[in-house]
Amino acid sequence: MNQVLPALVLSTSLIPALVIFFIKDTQQHLRTFVNLAGAVTKVALVIVMMDGVARGVLYETRLTLLPGLDLLLRVDALSLLFLSLSAFLWLLTTIYAISYFGRGRHLSRFFGFFSLCVAATTGVSLAGTLITFFIFYELLTLSTWPLVAHRGDAASIAAGRRYLGYTLVGSAVLLLGLVWLESLSGPVEFTFTGQVAEVDPGALQVIFWLLIVGLGVKTALVPLHGWLPAAMVAPAPVSALLHAVAVVKAGAFGIVRVIYDVYGTALLHDLGLGIPLAMLAAFTIIFGSVRALQQTDIKRRLAYSTVSQVSYIVLGASMFGPFATVGGLAHLVHQGLMKITMFFAAGALAERLRVHDVDQLDGVGWVMPWTVGAFSVAALGMIGLPPMAGFISKWYLGVGAFQGGQAWVVLVLVGSSLLNAMYFLPLLYRAWFVPRVGTTAPGLERPLGLVAPAVVSASLVLLVGLLAATPYSPLAWAALIVERTYAL
Amino acid sequence: MPGAVELALLHFPWPAMTVLVPLAAGVLAVLLGVRAVHLGLPVALLGVVMAIISAAQVVVHGVTDHAVGGWNAPLGIRLHVDGLSGAMLIMTAVVAGAVSWYSRSQFRAASGAETRAGFAFWPLLFFLWASMNAVFIGADFFNLYVALELLTLSGVALVALEGRRENLVAAMRYLTFALLGSLAFLLGAVLLYASYATLDMQLLRSAAVADQVTVAAAALMTTGLLAKTALFPLHGWLAPAHAGAPAPASALLSALVVKASFFIIVRLWFDVLPVAATSELTWLLGMFGSIAIILGSLFALRQNRLKMVVAYSTVAQLGYLFLMFPLAGGGGEEQPWAATAWTGGIFHVLAHAPAKAAMFLAAGVVVQAVGHDRLDGLIGIAHALPLTVFAFALASVSIMGLPPSGGFTAKYLLLTSALAGGAWWLAAVMLAGGVLAAAYLFRVLSLTLVETEGAHPLAPVSRGPQVIALLLAVTSLLLGLLSALPYDFLQLGRGGAAAEGLA
Repeated sequence: MNQVLPALVLSTSLIPALVIFFIKDTQQHLRTFVNLAGAVTKVALVIVMMDGVARGVLYETRLTLLPGLDLLLRVDALSLLFLSLSAFLWLLTTIYAISYFGRGRHLSRFFGFFSLCVAATTGVSLAGTLITFFIFYELLTLSTWPLVAHRGDAASIAAGRRYLGYTLVGSAVLLLGLVWLESLSGPVEFTFTGQVAEVDPGALQVIFWLLIVGLGVKTALVPLHGWLPAAMVAPAPVSALLHAVAVVKAGAFGIVRVIYDVYGTALLHDLGLGIPLAMLAAFTIIFGSVRALQQTDIKRRLAYSTVSQVSYIVLGASMFGPFATVGGLAHLVHQGLMKITMFFAAGALAERLRVHDVDQLDGVGWVMPWTVGAFSVAALGMIGLPPMAGFISKWYLGVGAFQGGQAWVVLVLVGSSLLNAMYFLPLLYRAWFVPRVGTTAPGLERPLGLVAPAVVSASLVLLVGLLAATPYSPLAWAALIVERTYAL
Repeated sequence: MPGAVELALLHFPWPAMTVLVPLAAGVLAVLLGVRAVHLGLPVALLGVVMAIISAAQVVVHGVTDHAVGGWNAPLGIRLHVDGLSGAMLIMTAVVAGAVSWYSRSQFRAASGAETRAGFAFWPLLFFLWASMNAVFIGADFFNLYVALELLTLSGVALVALEGRRENLVAAMRYLTFALLGSLAFLLGAVLLYASYATLDMQLLRSAAVADQVTVAAAALMTTGLLAKTALFPLHGWLAPAHAGAPAPASALLSALVVKASFFIIVRLWFDVLPVAATSELTWLLGMFGSIAIILGSLFALRQNRLKMVVAYSTVAQLGYLFLMFPLAGGGGEEQPWAATAWTGGIFHVLAHAPAKAAMFLAAGVVVQAVGHDRLDGLIGIAHALPLTVFAFALASVSIMGLPPSGGFTAKYLLLTSALAGGAWWLAAVMLAGGVLAAAYLFRVLSLTLVETEGAHPLAPVSRGPQVIALLLAVTSLLLGLLSALPYDFLQLGRGGAAAEGLA
C-alpha cells in the first residue's frame, strides 16, 4: 500500500480531470459530483498520510524513465506541507467555483484543466527527483494557460500570452540548470545529503542562479513577476489557483527544495549564495508592497501583495537557520490561507456588487458582512497582527534573522508590515466606516458556496494562529520538517 | 526444448514480411480501385503485428540477419535487423496504420464515382509503407537505393494527388530535389563499389579505410540524402509539398518519409563508415541542423496557414536530428557522451513521428470543418472541435520538447550530452528552438480559445478521425512516460561508433 498511495493521491485529481473533459457542459451535476468526489477523497488520503509520515512511514512510487533517471513520487514531511494545503484549498476553491460560474459556458473545459492543474501541483509536491519536479512543474504551466485565457476576450488571450512568455522562457532556463547539474553529478534525487558536493564550485554557483531564475518566474521574484498582475483578468477561482493553491507556491516550493534537498544549506553557505538570495527576496518584498500601494484596482493590489508575500518563503529558506526556515515554511501555508480568503472575497464583491476598485468599497462591509469580514481577518493577518497566521510567520522569521546575525532582515519585515498596513487598512476603513451611497437590495451573500469558502478559510487564518502550538498546525508541521532536516 | 514449429516460427524471416505484406496490399489496391478502401483496416492491423513480431524477434535473438532465399552476400539480398531497425519498423507501422485507419472516410466522392485521389491514394500508401520498411531492414546500399527510389516516387505522387496547379509545382520541386539527391547518392555508392567491390554494409565496414575516395563517396551519399531529408539549406521543397498534400499524405510525408533518408545517414556514419568521420564534417552537419532549428521555427512563426506552420515545424524539428553528429564526436577524440547523443537523436526521430502525424491529421479535420486552413478559421473552434484541438495541443507538447513526452526525453538526452561535452551553443540552440516552437504553436492554439460573436458555422466532422489524431498524440506522450522500454530496445545491436563516438 505504501507504494501505491502517492500514485493514488495523484490520481484523485488526474482522473477527475480526464473524466471531466468528456462530460457535456450541460451535465453539471455529474461534473460537480466527479469533482467533489476527487477533492474529498484527496483530503482523506492526505490525512491518512499525515498520520503515517508523523510516525515515520515512507510512501514511494517509482517509475524508471531512463536508466538511472526515475519518476519518483515520495511523501515526506515537506511534500505533505504543500500537498495538504493544495488539497484542502482545492476542495474550497471547487465549491467556490461551482457557485461562481453557475451555468456559464465551457465549464467542463474549465474544471478539467483546473483539476489537471491540481494534479500537477500534487506531482510538484510529491516529486522525489529533480526531473520529476520539472515534469510536473511544466504540466502546471501548460494546464494553467487555458484557465488564464478562459474568457477568450482580447485581454485574457493577451494575459495568457504573457503568462506563457514568462513561464516558458523560465522553464528553458530551469531545464538548462537542471540538465547541466545532472550532466555533472548524475540524476539528482531530493535528499538531505550533499550529492552535488563533488561538482566544480564555479559551475555550482551558475547552476544555482539558473535554477533560481527558472523557479523565480513562477515565484514572481522581481524582476520576473510581470505576468502575475497581468493574469488578474482571469476569473476569481483562477486567481485563487495562481496565488494560493498552485502556481506561485510551486515556484517557492521548488526554491525550498533546491536549497534544502539539492544543494543543502551547508554547501550553499560555503558557496556564499544565501545572502544574495535573501537580498533578492527582501527587495521583492519591499518592491511588491510599494507597487501594491500604487494600485487602485483591488485585484491588482492583491496581486502585488502576493509578489511581496511569497518572497517571505524564499527569505526564510535563504537564511539557513532553523527558526527562519520554520517561519518561511509555515508562511507557505499561512499565505495560502490568507490570500485565498481575499480572492474569494474580492471575487464575490465583483460578482455581486460589481466592485472592482478601491474607491467603490465605501460601506460594503454592511452590505456583505460575512464576505468583507473574512477579507478583513485575512488582511489583518497579512499585516501581521497577533494572533493571526501572518504574525506567527513574521515572528519566526524575525527570530531566525537575529539568530543568523542578519538583523537587517528585521527592518525589511517591519517595513513590509507598515506597507501592508498602508495598503490594506484604507480598504477596511472604507468598507466599514465610510457610509455607502445609495441603497442596495438585501440578500446579496448568496449562494452559500460563494460566501462560505471565504468564511472557512478566514476562520483558519485565525485558528492556525491561535492554535499554532498544537500538533498538526502548520507551524508544528514546519517545525517537524526542520527537525528532520537538521537532524540529518 | 522448443518444438519444430516453434523453431521455424522463431527463425522465420518476419522482417521480410514487413515489406511483402504492404507490397502485396499495394498491388491488390491497384486491382481493387476505389474498393481498396476496405484494405485500410486489415492491412493496418497486419502491418502493426508484423512490425511487433519482427521487433520481438530482435529481443529474443538479438540482432538478426536473414539471407533472403538462402543466398548470402555479396550475391543475395541480406536483411539486417537490430534494435534501431525494429524501432523504426514499429514507428512506421503506428503512423502508417493510423493513417490508413483515418483515411477510410477520406477521398470519398459524394456521388460515389471514382476520383483520382480515391483510386491512387491506397496503392501509394502501401508502396510507401513497404519501401520505408525495406530501407530499415536493408543490409546493402544498393537495396537501400532501390527502396529509397520507390519511396520518393510514392511520396512525389502523394504530393501531386489533389492535382491543383500549386500541388503540381510543389511535386515537381520535390521531384527535382529528390532526383538530384538520388544521383548524388548513386554516384557515392558507385565510388564505394569501385574501391571495395561491394555495397554490403558489413563487408564495407570491415574493409573501409579513410582514404580520399571513401570520404568523397560518403560526402556525396550524405549530400544526396540530405536533399531528401530537407536539411537546411536543402529544405526549400518541403513546406509547399507537405502542406499542399491531402492531410493523411502530409502526415506520412512529414512523420515518416524524411526519416528514411535520415536513417540511411545514421547507418552510413555510425555503422558503416565511422572511420571517415572528421570533426569538421560532423560540426558542419550540426551547424546546418542548428540553422534549420532557428530558421524553420522563424518561418513557422510567420505562416498564415495551419498546414504551412506544421510543415515548417518539420523543417525545424529535422534540425535536431543532426545535432547528434557533432555531439557524438568525430575526428578521433574520445567522446563518452556519444551513446547519449545517439539515443537522443533516435528518440527524436521516434517521438516526432506520431506527434507530427497527429498535427497533420488534426489539421485535416480542421480543413474539413472550416473549409480551409487559414489561421483565422481557427478562431474559437476549441468549443466545436475539442478533441481535435486537444490532439493538436498534446502533440504540441512533444514538439516543444516539454515533459512528459517523447520529445522531452529526446531533448533531455541531447542536452545532457551537449552540456557534458561542453557544446554550449548547441545547448543554447536546442533551448531557443523549444521556446520558438512554443511561440509558433501557442500562436495557433490561442486562436482556438478566442470567443467571438456569430462564428462561422462549421461543417460536421465525424468523431473517428479526431480520435485517431488524439491517439497518435497520446502515443507521443506515452513514449516519454515509458521511455525506459524503447531506450533499452534501441541499445540492442547498437554499433560501436554509436556507443563510443565516431572514429
